[in-house]
Amino acid sequence: MSRVPAARVAPAPSAVRPRRSRGFVRTYLTPKQAIPGRARAILAVGSFVFVVGVWTLLAALVQNPLFVPSPYQVVLTWWDMMVNLAFYNDVGWSTFRIVAGFLLAAVVAVPLGLLMGSFEVVRSFFNPPINAIRYMPASAFIPLLILLQGLGEDEKITIIWIGVFFQLVLMVMDIAHRVPDEMLSVAYTLGASRWTVFYKVFLPATFPEVVDALRITMGWAWTYLIVAELVAAEHGIGSFILIAERYLRADRIIAAIITIGVLGLITDTLFAAIHRIAFPYVQKVRA
Amino acid sequence: MSEIQIADVAMRFGTRHGEVKALERISLTVPDGQFACIVGPSGCGKSTLLMIAAGLVTPTEGEVRLNGKPTLEPGADRGMVFQSYSLYPWLSVRRNIEFGPEIKRVPPADRRKTSSELIHLMKLDGFADAYPKVLSGGMKQRAAIARALANDPEVLLMDEPFGALDAQTRQIMQELLTDIWQRYRKTVLFVTHDIEEAIFLGDVIYVMTSRPGRIRTTLRVDIPRPRTFDTLTGRRFAELRNQVVGIIHEESLKAVESELARA
Repeated sequence: MSRVPAARVAPAPSAVRPRRSRGFVRTYLTPKQAIPGRARAILAVGSFVFVVGVWTLLAALVQNPLFVPSPYQVVLTWWDMMVNLAFYNDVGWSTFRIVAGFLLAAVVAVPLGLLMGSFEVVRSFFNPPINAIRYMPASAFIPLLILLQGLGEDEKITIIWIGVFFQLVLMVMDIAHRVPDEMLSVAYTLGASRWTVFYKVFLPATFPEVVDALRITMGWAWTYLIVAELVAAEHGIGSFILIAERYLRADRIIAAIITIGVLGLITDTLFAAIHRIAFPYVQKVRA
Repeated sequence: MSEIQIADVAMRFGTRHGEVKALERISLTVPDGQFACIVGPSGCGKSTLLMIAAGLVTPTEGEVRLNGKPTLEPGADRGMVFQSYSLYPWLSVRRNIEFGPEIKRVPPADRRKTSSELIHLMKLDGFADAYPKVLSGGMKQRAAIARALANDPEVLLMDEPFGALDAQTRQIMQELLTDIWQRYRKTVLFVTHDIEEAIFLGDVIYVMTSRPGRIRTTLRVDIPRPRTFDTLTGRRFAELRNQVVGIIHEESLKAVESELARA
Protein backbone atom coordinates (compact mmCIF):
# COMPACT_ATOMS: atom_id res chain seq x y z
CA MET A 1 0.00 0.00 0.00
CA SER A 2 1.10 3.52 -0.63
CA ARG A 3 0.26 4.59 2.89
CA VAL A 4 3.53 3.27 4.25
CA PRO A 5 5.83 6.15 5.13
CA ALA A 6 8.84 6.44 2.91
CA ALA A 7 11.19 5.32 5.65
CA ARG A 8 9.80 1.80 5.40
CA VAL A 9 9.72 1.47 1.67
CA ALA A 10 13.34 1.64 0.64
CA PRO A 11 16.00 0.09 2.82
CA ALA A 12 19.27 1.61 1.67
CA PRO A 13 21.22 -0.91 -0.37
CA SER A 14 24.56 -1.48 1.24
CA ALA A 15 27.17 -4.22 1.26
CA VAL A 16 26.92 -5.00 4.92
CA ARG A 17 23.17 -4.44 5.24
CA PRO A 18 23.03 -3.82 8.94
CA ARG A 19 19.69 -4.94 10.28
CA ARG A 20 17.72 -1.80 10.77
CA SER A 21 15.63 -1.92 13.82
CA ARG A 22 12.66 0.34 13.37
CA GLY A 23 11.72 0.32 16.99
CA PHE A 24 8.59 -0.95 18.65
CA VAL A 25 6.84 2.40 18.85
CA ARG A 26 7.41 3.22 15.20
CA THR A 27 6.27 -0.18 13.97
CA TYR A 28 3.21 -0.65 16.11
CA LEU A 29 2.09 2.77 17.30
CA THR A 30 2.09 4.89 14.14
CA PRO A 31 -1.53 5.83 13.42
CA LYS A 32 -3.05 4.03 10.41
CA GLN A 33 0.17 2.17 9.71
CA ALA A 34 -0.13 -1.49 8.68
CA ILE A 35 1.51 -3.87 11.11
CA PRO A 36 3.28 -7.12 10.13
CA GLY A 37 0.88 -9.92 9.15
CA ARG A 38 2.12 -12.24 11.85
CA ALA A 39 1.54 -9.68 14.54
CA ARG A 40 -2.00 -9.22 13.26
CA ALA A 41 -2.70 -12.97 13.45
CA ILE A 42 -1.23 -13.26 16.92
CA LEU A 43 -3.34 -10.34 18.14
CA ALA A 44 -6.50 -11.84 16.64
CA VAL A 45 -6.00 -15.21 18.29
CA GLY A 46 -4.72 -13.54 21.43
CA SER A 47 -7.93 -11.57 21.90
CA PHE A 48 -9.95 -14.81 22.05
CA VAL A 49 -7.46 -16.40 24.42
CA PHE A 50 -7.64 -13.27 26.56
CA VAL A 51 -11.44 -13.27 26.77
CA VAL A 52 -11.62 -16.97 27.62
CA GLY A 53 -8.78 -16.50 30.11
CA VAL A 54 -10.48 -13.66 31.95
CA TRP A 55 -13.71 -15.60 31.98
CA THR A 56 -11.99 -18.72 33.41
CA LEU A 57 -10.26 -16.64 36.03
CA LEU A 58 -13.49 -14.94 36.99
CA ALA A 59 -15.25 -18.31 37.30
CA ALA A 60 -12.42 -19.59 39.48
CA LEU A 61 -12.56 -16.51 41.74
CA VAL A 62 -16.33 -16.37 42.15
CA GLN A 63 -16.59 -20.11 42.72
CA ASN A 64 -20.30 -20.09 42.02
CA PRO A 65 -21.17 -22.10 38.91
CA LEU A 66 -24.78 -21.05 39.31
CA PHE A 67 -24.01 -17.50 38.20
CA VAL A 68 -20.57 -17.63 36.65
CA PRO A 69 -20.02 -20.99 34.96
CA SER A 70 -16.59 -21.67 33.49
CA PRO A 71 -16.09 -21.80 29.70
CA TYR A 72 -15.48 -25.51 29.92
CA GLN A 73 -18.75 -26.05 31.74
CA VAL A 74 -20.63 -23.99 29.11
CA VAL A 75 -19.22 -26.18 26.34
CA LEU A 76 -20.41 -29.30 28.18
CA THR A 77 -23.82 -27.72 28.74
CA TRP A 78 -24.08 -26.78 25.07
CA TRP A 79 -23.44 -30.36 24.06
CA ASP A 80 -25.98 -31.58 26.60
CA MET A 81 -28.52 -29.04 25.23
CA MET A 82 -28.05 -30.41 21.74
CA VAL A 83 -28.30 -34.07 22.72
CA ASN A 84 -30.87 -34.09 25.53
CA LEU A 85 -32.94 -30.93 25.18
CA ALA A 86 -33.20 -30.84 21.39
CA PHE A 87 -31.89 -27.29 21.41
CA TYR A 88 -31.44 -27.49 17.64
CA ASN A 89 -35.21 -27.59 17.50
CA ASP A 90 -35.31 -24.10 19.06
CA VAL A 91 -32.53 -22.97 16.76
CA GLY A 92 -34.59 -24.23 13.85
CA TRP A 93 -37.67 -22.30 14.92
CA SER A 94 -35.75 -19.08 15.41
CA THR A 95 -33.99 -19.48 12.07
CA PHE A 96 -37.31 -20.08 10.33
CA ARG A 97 -38.80 -16.90 11.84
CA ILE A 98 -35.74 -14.85 10.97
CA VAL A 99 -35.63 -16.05 7.39
CA ALA A 100 -39.39 -15.61 6.89
CA GLY A 101 -39.58 -12.16 8.49
CA PHE A 102 -36.40 -10.97 6.82
CA LEU A 103 -37.38 -12.20 3.36
CA LEU A 104 -40.85 -10.67 3.61
CA ALA A 105 -39.31 -7.35 4.65
CA ALA A 106 -36.62 -7.43 1.96
CA VAL A 107 -39.04 -8.36 -0.80
CA VAL A 108 -41.00 -5.16 -0.17
CA ALA A 109 -38.24 -2.87 1.11
CA VAL A 110 -35.73 -3.33 -1.72
CA PRO A 111 -38.05 -2.52 -4.64
CA LEU A 112 -39.73 0.29 -2.74
CA GLY A 113 -36.37 1.74 -1.67
CA LEU A 114 -35.10 1.63 -5.25
CA LEU A 115 -38.23 3.38 -6.49
CA MET A 116 -37.99 5.97 -3.72
CA GLY A 117 -34.36 6.62 -4.58
CA SER A 118 -35.01 7.10 -8.26
CA PHE A 119 -38.44 8.73 -8.48
CA GLU A 120 -39.08 11.84 -6.49
CA VAL A 121 -42.80 11.21 -6.82
CA VAL A 122 -42.49 7.96 -4.88
CA ARG A 123 -40.00 9.40 -2.41
CA SER A 124 -42.15 12.40 -1.51
CA PHE A 125 -45.09 10.13 -0.82
CA PHE A 126 -43.45 7.38 1.25
CA ASN A 127 -40.54 9.11 2.93
CA PRO A 128 -42.32 11.10 5.68
CA PRO A 129 -44.26 8.20 7.27
CA ILE A 130 -41.38 5.72 6.93
CA ASN A 131 -38.95 8.19 8.43
CA ALA A 132 -41.28 8.76 11.37
CA ILE A 133 -41.95 5.09 12.04
CA ARG A 134 -38.22 4.33 11.89
CA TYR A 135 -37.81 6.04 15.24
CA MET A 136 -40.45 3.89 16.89
CA PRO A 137 -38.67 0.85 18.33
CA ALA A 138 -39.93 -2.41 16.86
CA SER A 139 -39.95 -4.03 20.30
CA ALA A 140 -42.53 -1.49 21.52
CA PHE A 141 -44.97 -2.94 19.00
CA ILE A 142 -44.86 -6.39 20.62
CA PRO A 143 -47.76 -5.93 23.09
CA LEU A 144 -49.89 -4.37 20.38
CA LEU A 145 -49.15 -7.18 17.98
CA ILE A 146 -49.93 -9.78 20.63
CA LEU A 147 -53.34 -8.12 21.03
CA LEU A 148 -53.87 -8.05 17.28
CA GLN A 149 -52.29 -11.31 16.17
CA GLY A 150 -52.00 -13.49 19.24
CA LEU A 151 -48.89 -15.46 20.15
CA GLY A 152 -48.38 -17.38 16.93
CA GLU A 153 -45.72 -17.24 14.26
CA ASP A 154 -47.27 -14.32 12.43
CA GLU A 155 -46.69 -12.08 15.46
CA LYS A 156 -42.94 -12.92 15.56
CA ILE A 157 -42.59 -12.49 11.84
CA THR A 158 -44.36 -9.13 11.96
CA ILE A 159 -41.97 -7.88 14.65
CA ILE A 160 -38.98 -8.80 12.51
CA TRP A 161 -40.66 -7.28 9.50
CA ILE A 162 -41.19 -3.97 11.31
CA GLY A 163 -37.65 -3.97 12.66
CA VAL A 164 -36.07 -4.67 9.29
CA PHE A 165 -38.37 -3.04 6.77
CA PHE A 166 -38.25 0.59 7.85
CA GLN A 167 -34.48 0.63 8.22
CA LEU A 168 -33.80 -1.30 5.05
CA VAL A 169 -36.09 0.75 2.85
CA LEU A 170 -34.30 3.96 3.80
CA MET A 171 -30.86 2.41 3.33
CA VAL A 172 -31.81 1.17 -0.13
CA MET A 173 -33.30 4.56 -1.00
CA ASP A 174 -30.02 6.18 -0.09
CA ILE A 175 -28.06 3.71 -2.20
CA ALA A 176 -30.31 4.36 -5.19
CA HIS A 177 -30.03 8.08 -4.66
CA ARG A 178 -26.24 7.90 -4.75
CA VAL A 179 -26.00 6.32 -8.23
CA PRO A 180 -23.99 8.95 -10.15
CA ASP A 181 -26.09 10.93 -12.64
CA GLU A 182 -23.34 10.59 -15.25
CA MET A 183 -23.86 6.83 -15.36
CA LEU A 184 -27.46 7.30 -16.40
CA SER A 185 -26.75 10.27 -18.68
CA VAL A 186 -24.15 8.34 -20.65
CA ALA A 187 -26.68 5.59 -21.30
CA TYR A 188 -29.19 8.09 -22.67
CA THR A 189 -26.58 9.48 -25.06
CA LEU A 190 -25.86 5.93 -26.18
CA GLY A 191 -29.47 5.63 -27.25
CA ALA A 192 -31.00 3.91 -24.24
CA SER A 193 -34.66 4.41 -23.42
CA ARG A 194 -35.81 5.24 -19.88
CA TRP A 195 -36.69 1.61 -19.26
CA THR A 196 -33.33 0.38 -20.59
CA VAL A 197 -31.50 2.86 -18.41
CA PHE A 198 -33.48 1.62 -15.41
CA TYR A 199 -32.82 -2.08 -15.76
CA LYS A 200 -29.48 -2.08 -17.54
CA VAL A 201 -27.73 0.73 -15.65
CA PHE A 202 -29.58 1.86 -12.56
CA LEU A 203 -30.39 -1.58 -11.12
CA PRO A 204 -26.97 -3.17 -11.60
CA ALA A 205 -25.36 -0.02 -10.19
CA THR A 206 -27.21 -0.54 -6.90
CA PHE A 207 -26.88 -4.33 -6.48
CA PRO A 208 -23.59 -4.63 -4.57
CA GLU A 209 -24.57 -2.06 -1.97
CA VAL A 210 -28.06 -3.51 -1.62
CA VAL A 211 -26.54 -6.88 -0.69
CA ASP A 212 -24.42 -5.03 1.86
CA ALA A 213 -27.53 -3.39 3.31
CA LEU A 214 -29.23 -6.80 3.54
CA ARG A 215 -26.22 -8.15 5.39
CA ILE A 216 -26.34 -5.35 7.95
CA THR A 217 -30.10 -5.46 8.56
CA MET A 218 -29.99 -9.26 8.90
CA GLY A 219 -27.93 -8.73 12.04
CA TRP A 220 -30.58 -6.42 13.47
CA ALA A 221 -33.30 -8.98 12.73
CA TRP A 222 -31.80 -11.29 15.36
CA THR A 223 -32.17 -8.68 18.08
CA TYR A 224 -35.87 -8.15 17.34
CA LEU A 225 -36.55 -11.86 17.14
CA ILE A 226 -34.98 -12.65 20.50
CA VAL A 227 -36.90 -9.83 22.17
CA ALA A 228 -40.14 -11.14 20.67
CA GLU A 229 -39.34 -14.66 21.82
CA LEU A 230 -38.40 -13.49 25.31
CA VAL A 231 -41.76 -11.80 25.71
CA ALA A 232 -43.84 -14.75 24.65
CA ALA A 233 -43.05 -17.83 22.63
CA GLU A 234 -43.34 -21.59 22.78
CA HIS A 235 -40.17 -22.39 20.89
CA GLY A 236 -37.09 -20.58 19.80
CA ILE A 237 -33.78 -19.54 21.28
CA GLY A 238 -35.38 -16.62 23.13
CA SER A 239 -37.91 -18.82 24.87
CA PHE A 240 -35.14 -21.31 25.68
CA ILE A 241 -33.22 -18.48 27.39
CA LEU A 242 -36.30 -17.47 29.36
CA ILE A 243 -36.87 -21.01 30.62
CA ALA A 244 -33.18 -21.35 31.50
CA GLU A 245 -33.47 -18.20 33.61
CA ARG A 246 -36.35 -19.69 35.60
CA TYR A 247 -34.20 -22.71 36.43
CA LEU A 248 -31.22 -20.49 37.29
CA ARG A 249 -29.16 -22.04 34.51
CA ALA A 250 -26.71 -19.28 33.59
CA ASP A 251 -24.62 -21.83 31.69
CA ARG A 252 -27.51 -22.55 29.34
CA ILE A 253 -28.21 -18.86 28.81
CA ILE A 254 -24.60 -18.23 27.90
CA ALA A 255 -24.50 -21.25 25.59
CA ALA A 256 -27.66 -20.01 23.85
CA ILE A 257 -26.30 -16.48 23.43
CA ILE A 258 -23.07 -17.79 21.96
CA THR A 259 -25.13 -19.92 19.58
CA ILE A 260 -26.88 -16.79 18.32
CA GLY A 261 -23.50 -15.14 17.84
CA VAL A 262 -22.26 -18.08 15.81
CA LEU A 263 -25.43 -18.09 13.69
CA GLY A 264 -24.94 -14.39 13.05
CA LEU A 265 -21.35 -14.99 12.04
CA ILE A 266 -22.43 -17.73 9.64
CA THR A 267 -25.03 -15.56 7.88
CA ASP A 268 -22.55 -12.71 7.69
CA THR A 269 -19.93 -14.95 6.08
CA LEU A 270 -22.61 -16.23 3.72
CA PHE A 271 -23.50 -12.70 2.60
CA ALA A 272 -19.85 -11.80 2.20
CA ALA A 273 -19.37 -14.88 0.02
CA ILE A 274 -22.42 -14.01 -2.10
CA HIS A 275 -21.00 -10.53 -2.50
CA ARG A 276 -17.62 -11.82 -3.59
CA ILE A 277 -19.02 -14.29 -6.08
CA ALA A 278 -21.79 -12.12 -7.53
CA PHE A 279 -19.85 -8.86 -7.76
CA PRO A 280 -16.25 -9.65 -8.69
CA TYR A 281 -15.95 -6.21 -10.23
CA VAL A 282 -16.35 -4.26 -6.99
CA GLN A 283 -13.18 -2.46 -6.02
CA LYS A 284 -12.77 -4.03 -2.59
CA VAL A 285 -15.24 -5.90 -0.44
CA ARG A 286 -13.76 -4.69 2.84
CA ALA A 287 -11.07 -5.86 5.14
CA MET B 1 -23.36 15.74 -42.99
CA SER B 2 -23.51 16.15 -39.22
CA GLU B 3 -23.93 19.67 -38.06
CA ILE B 4 -24.94 20.73 -34.59
CA GLN B 5 -26.37 24.12 -33.98
CA ILE B 6 -27.05 25.83 -30.69
CA ALA B 7 -29.62 28.50 -31.36
CA ASP B 8 -30.30 31.36 -28.94
CA VAL B 9 -29.96 29.11 -25.92
CA ALA B 10 -30.50 30.70 -22.52
CA MET B 11 -30.63 28.99 -19.16
CA ARG B 12 -32.00 30.30 -15.89
CA PHE B 13 -32.25 28.47 -12.59
CA GLY B 14 -34.68 29.29 -9.85
CA THR B 15 -32.95 29.27 -6.46
CA ARG B 16 -33.92 30.37 -2.98
CA HIS B 17 -32.22 33.69 -3.61
CA GLY B 18 -34.15 34.31 -6.77
CA GLU B 19 -33.39 33.56 -10.37
CA VAL B 20 -29.84 32.86 -11.48
CA LYS B 21 -28.86 33.43 -15.08
CA ALA B 22 -26.48 30.66 -16.07
CA LEU B 23 -26.37 31.13 -19.83
CA GLU B 24 -27.37 34.15 -21.86
CA ARG B 25 -28.36 33.78 -25.49
CA ILE B 26 -25.72 31.53 -26.88
CA SER B 27 -25.60 30.70 -30.54
CA LEU B 28 -22.97 28.65 -32.27
CA THR B 29 -22.76 26.18 -35.10
CA VAL B 30 -20.33 23.34 -35.37
CA PRO B 31 -20.22 22.32 -39.04
CA ASP B 32 -19.63 18.77 -40.20
CA GLY B 33 -16.24 17.40 -39.18
CA GLN B 34 -15.19 20.39 -37.10
CA PHE B 35 -13.52 20.12 -33.74
CA ALA B 36 -14.88 22.97 -31.62
CA CYS B 37 -13.68 23.74 -28.11
CA ILE B 38 -15.43 25.76 -25.44
CA VAL B 39 -13.22 27.30 -22.78
CA GLY B 40 -14.22 29.54 -19.94
CA PRO B 41 -13.66 30.26 -16.29
CA SER B 42 -15.08 27.76 -13.84
CA GLY B 43 -18.78 28.21 -13.17
CA CYS B 44 -19.44 29.90 -16.50
CA GLY B 45 -21.96 27.25 -17.48
CA LYS B 46 -19.93 25.54 -20.17
CA SER B 47 -20.82 22.08 -18.87
CA THR B 48 -24.48 23.08 -18.70
CA LEU B 49 -24.24 24.15 -22.33
CA LEU B 50 -22.93 20.73 -23.25
CA MET B 51 -25.68 19.00 -21.28
CA ILE B 52 -28.16 21.10 -23.23
CA ALA B 53 -26.48 20.10 -26.49
CA ALA B 54 -26.83 16.45 -25.46
CA GLY B 55 -30.51 16.95 -24.65
CA LEU B 56 -29.96 16.00 -21.01
CA VAL B 57 -31.00 19.47 -19.84
CA THR B 58 -33.81 21.49 -21.36
CA PRO B 59 -32.86 25.12 -21.92
CA THR B 60 -35.12 27.91 -20.71
CA GLU B 61 -34.99 29.45 -24.15
CA GLY B 62 -33.73 28.46 -27.56
CA GLU B 63 -33.07 25.05 -29.05
CA VAL B 64 -30.46 22.67 -30.29
CA ARG B 65 -30.63 21.54 -33.89
CA LEU B 66 -28.95 18.57 -35.43
CA ASN B 67 -28.70 18.89 -39.21
CA GLY B 68 -31.35 21.58 -39.02
CA LYS B 69 -33.86 19.52 -37.03
CA PRO B 70 -34.64 20.54 -33.44
CA THR B 71 -33.76 17.90 -30.83
CA LEU B 72 -35.80 17.42 -27.71
CA GLU B 73 -34.43 14.33 -26.04
CA PRO B 74 -30.98 12.79 -25.66
CA GLY B 75 -30.18 10.17 -28.25
CA ALA B 76 -27.54 8.00 -29.85
CA ASP B 77 -26.87 10.71 -32.45
CA ARG B 78 -25.09 12.82 -29.82
CA GLY B 79 -22.60 10.66 -27.93
CA MET B 80 -21.18 12.04 -24.72
CA VAL B 81 -17.98 11.49 -22.76
CA PHE B 82 -17.94 12.65 -19.16
CA GLN B 83 -15.05 13.41 -16.87
CA SER B 84 -15.76 10.65 -14.38
CA TYR B 85 -17.97 7.70 -13.42
CA SER B 86 -18.04 7.02 -17.09
CA LEU B 87 -17.61 3.27 -17.34
CA TYR B 88 -20.03 0.72 -15.95
CA PRO B 89 -18.03 -1.15 -13.30
CA TRP B 90 -20.03 -4.36 -13.70
CA LEU B 91 -19.21 -4.72 -17.40
CA SER B 92 -15.89 -5.69 -18.94
CA VAL B 93 -14.12 -3.15 -21.14
CA ARG B 94 -15.45 -4.90 -24.23
CA ARG B 95 -19.03 -5.01 -22.99
CA ASN B 96 -18.80 -1.37 -21.97
CA ILE B 97 -17.74 -0.47 -25.50
CA GLU B 98 -20.50 -2.66 -26.96
CA PHE B 99 -23.17 -1.11 -24.73
CA GLY B 100 -24.54 1.23 -27.43
CA PRO B 101 -24.51 -1.31 -30.27
CA GLU B 102 -26.11 -3.86 -27.94
CA ILE B 103 -29.02 -1.51 -27.27
CA LYS B 104 -29.38 -0.95 -30.99
CA ARG B 105 -29.49 -4.75 -31.42
CA VAL B 106 -26.47 -4.87 -33.67
CA PRO B 107 -25.65 -8.56 -34.35
CA PRO B 108 -23.02 -9.90 -31.90
CA ALA B 109 -20.46 -10.59 -34.61
CA ASP B 110 -20.59 -7.01 -35.92
CA ARG B 111 -20.49 -5.67 -32.40
CA ARG B 112 -17.42 -7.66 -31.66
CA LYS B 113 -15.69 -6.48 -34.80
CA THR B 114 -16.32 -2.83 -33.87
CA SER B 115 -15.19 -3.26 -30.27
CA SER B 116 -12.05 -5.20 -31.23
CA GLU B 117 -11.09 -2.46 -33.66
CA LEU B 118 -11.62 0.29 -31.09
CA ILE B 119 -9.84 -1.63 -28.34
CA HIS B 120 -6.80 -1.81 -30.58
CA LEU B 121 -7.09 1.79 -31.73
CA MET B 122 -7.43 3.06 -28.18
CA LYS B 123 -4.45 1.04 -27.04
CA LEU B 124 -6.45 -1.19 -24.72
CA ASP B 125 -5.17 -4.48 -26.15
CA GLY B 126 -5.13 -7.17 -23.53
CA PHE B 127 -7.74 -5.43 -21.40
CA ALA B 128 -10.84 -6.42 -23.36
CA ASP B 129 -12.11 -8.74 -20.65
CA ALA B 130 -10.88 -6.72 -17.68
CA TYR B 131 -13.24 -4.89 -15.36
CA PRO B 132 -12.81 -1.10 -15.15
CA LYS B 133 -11.48 -1.33 -11.60
CA VAL B 134 -8.10 -2.56 -12.86
CA LEU B 135 -7.71 0.27 -15.41
CA SER B 136 -5.74 3.45 -14.84
CA GLY B 137 -7.50 6.81 -15.18
CA GLY B 138 -6.19 7.29 -18.71
CA MET B 139 -7.28 3.83 -19.80
CA LYS B 140 -10.74 4.38 -18.36
CA GLN B 141 -11.19 7.53 -20.41
CA ARG B 142 -9.85 5.82 -23.53
CA ALA B 143 -12.45 3.09 -23.00
CA ALA B 144 -15.14 5.72 -22.48
CA ILE B 145 -14.20 7.42 -25.74
CA ALA B 146 -14.18 4.04 -27.48
CA ARG B 147 -17.66 3.38 -26.13
CA ALA B 148 -18.93 6.67 -27.54
CA LEU B 149 -17.29 6.00 -30.93
CA ALA B 150 -18.61 2.42 -31.10
CA ASN B 151 -22.07 3.90 -31.41
CA ASP B 152 -20.99 5.99 -34.41
CA PRO B 153 -22.70 9.17 -33.24
CA GLU B 154 -23.15 12.17 -35.53
CA VAL B 155 -21.69 14.47 -32.94
CA LEU B 156 -19.30 13.73 -30.11
CA LEU B 157 -19.78 15.82 -26.97
CA MET B 158 -16.93 15.81 -24.48
CA ASP B 159 -17.16 17.36 -21.04
CA GLU B 160 -13.63 17.86 -19.71
CA PRO B 161 -12.82 14.23 -20.46
CA PHE B 162 -9.19 14.61 -19.38
CA GLY B 163 -9.86 16.95 -16.46
CA ALA B 164 -9.19 14.34 -13.80
CA LEU B 165 -5.95 13.05 -15.31
CA ASP B 166 -2.42 14.06 -14.42
CA ALA B 167 -0.59 16.40 -16.79
CA GLN B 168 1.55 13.75 -18.52
CA THR B 169 -1.35 11.38 -19.13
CA ARG B 170 -3.45 14.27 -20.36
CA GLN B 171 -0.87 15.18 -22.99
CA ILE B 172 -0.75 11.59 -24.25
CA MET B 173 -4.54 11.46 -24.35
CA GLN B 174 -4.73 14.68 -26.35
CA GLU B 175 -2.32 13.33 -28.92
CA LEU B 176 -4.29 10.10 -29.14
CA LEU B 177 -7.54 12.03 -29.52
CA THR B 178 -6.24 14.17 -32.42
CA ASP B 179 -5.09 10.98 -34.14
CA ILE B 180 -8.47 9.36 -33.66
CA TRP B 181 -10.25 12.49 -34.79
CA GLN B 182 -8.13 12.66 -37.98
CA ARG B 183 -9.30 9.14 -38.68
CA TYR B 184 -13.01 9.49 -37.99
CA ARG B 185 -13.52 13.22 -38.67
CA LYS B 186 -16.41 13.44 -36.25
CA THR B 187 -18.08 16.70 -35.42
CA VAL B 188 -16.85 17.39 -31.90
CA LEU B 189 -17.90 19.85 -29.22
CA PHE B 190 -15.30 19.74 -26.49
CA VAL B 191 -15.57 21.58 -23.17
CA THR B 192 -12.46 22.29 -21.13
CA HIS B 193 -10.94 24.80 -18.77
CA ASP B 194 -7.48 23.94 -20.07
CA ILE B 195 -6.54 26.58 -22.64
CA GLU B 196 -3.61 24.69 -24.13
CA GLU B 197 -5.78 21.64 -24.52
CA ALA B 198 -8.34 23.67 -26.44
CA ILE B 199 -5.71 25.15 -28.77
CA PHE B 200 -4.00 21.82 -29.32
CA LEU B 201 -7.23 20.01 -30.19
CA GLY B 202 -9.58 22.57 -31.69
CA ASP B 203 -10.29 24.08 -35.06
CA VAL B 204 -12.30 26.77 -33.34
CA ILE B 205 -12.29 28.00 -29.76
CA TYR B 206 -15.26 29.67 -28.15
CA VAL B 207 -14.20 31.65 -25.12
CA MET B 208 -17.01 32.13 -22.63
CA THR B 209 -17.55 34.91 -20.15
CA SER B 210 -18.12 34.38 -16.46
CA ARG B 211 -21.71 33.95 -15.29
CA PRO B 212 -24.01 34.61 -16.97
CA GLY B 213 -22.14 32.70 -19.63
CA ARG B 214 -21.97 34.25 -23.07
CA ILE B 215 -19.59 33.66 -25.92
CA ARG B 216 -17.13 36.47 -25.70
CA THR B 217 -14.71 35.61 -28.46
CA THR B 218 -14.48 33.09 -31.23
CA LEU B 219 -10.98 32.15 -32.31
CA ARG B 220 -9.91 30.13 -35.32
CA VAL B 221 -6.94 27.94 -34.57
CA ASP B 222 -4.88 28.25 -37.74
CA ILE B 223 -2.27 25.73 -36.72
CA PRO B 224 -1.98 23.08 -39.42
CA ARG B 225 -2.76 19.45 -38.79
CA PRO B 226 -1.68 16.82 -38.05
CA ARG B 227 -0.71 18.36 -34.74
CA THR B 228 1.95 16.67 -32.72
CA PHE B 229 3.90 17.24 -29.57
CA ASP B 230 6.00 19.84 -31.46
CA THR B 231 2.89 21.94 -32.01
CA LEU B 232 3.06 22.88 -28.33
CA THR B 233 6.41 24.62 -28.70
CA GLY B 234 5.47 26.53 -31.84
CA ARG B 235 5.23 30.31 -32.03
CA ARG B 236 1.63 30.44 -33.18
CA PHE B 237 0.64 28.19 -30.30
CA ALA B 238 2.20 30.61 -27.82
CA GLU B 239 0.49 33.60 -29.41
CA LEU B 240 -2.93 32.01 -29.29
CA ARG B 241 -2.37 30.85 -25.72
CA ASN B 242 -1.40 34.32 -24.53
CA GLN B 243 -4.45 35.77 -26.20
CA VAL B 244 -6.84 33.31 -24.57
CA VAL B 245 -5.10 33.46 -21.20
CA GLY B 246 -5.60 37.22 -21.16
CA ILE B 247 -9.31 36.96 -21.85
CA ILE B 248 -9.91 34.17 -19.36
CA HIS B 249 -7.95 35.97 -16.69
CA GLU B 250 -10.06 39.06 -17.14
CA GLU B 251 -13.24 36.98 -16.95
CA SER B 252 -12.07 35.09 -13.88
CA LEU B 253 -11.37 38.38 -12.11
CA LYS B 254 -14.86 39.55 -13.00
CA ALA B 255 -16.29 36.35 -11.56
CA VAL B 256 -14.45 36.87 -8.28
CA GLU B 257 -15.59 40.48 -8.09
CA SER B 258 -19.21 39.62 -8.70
CA GLU B 259 -18.97 36.94 -6.00
CA LEU B 260 -17.62 39.55 -3.62
CA ALA B 261 -20.35 41.99 -4.59
CA ARG B 262 -22.98 39.37 -3.84
CA ALA B 263 -21.49 38.52 -0.44
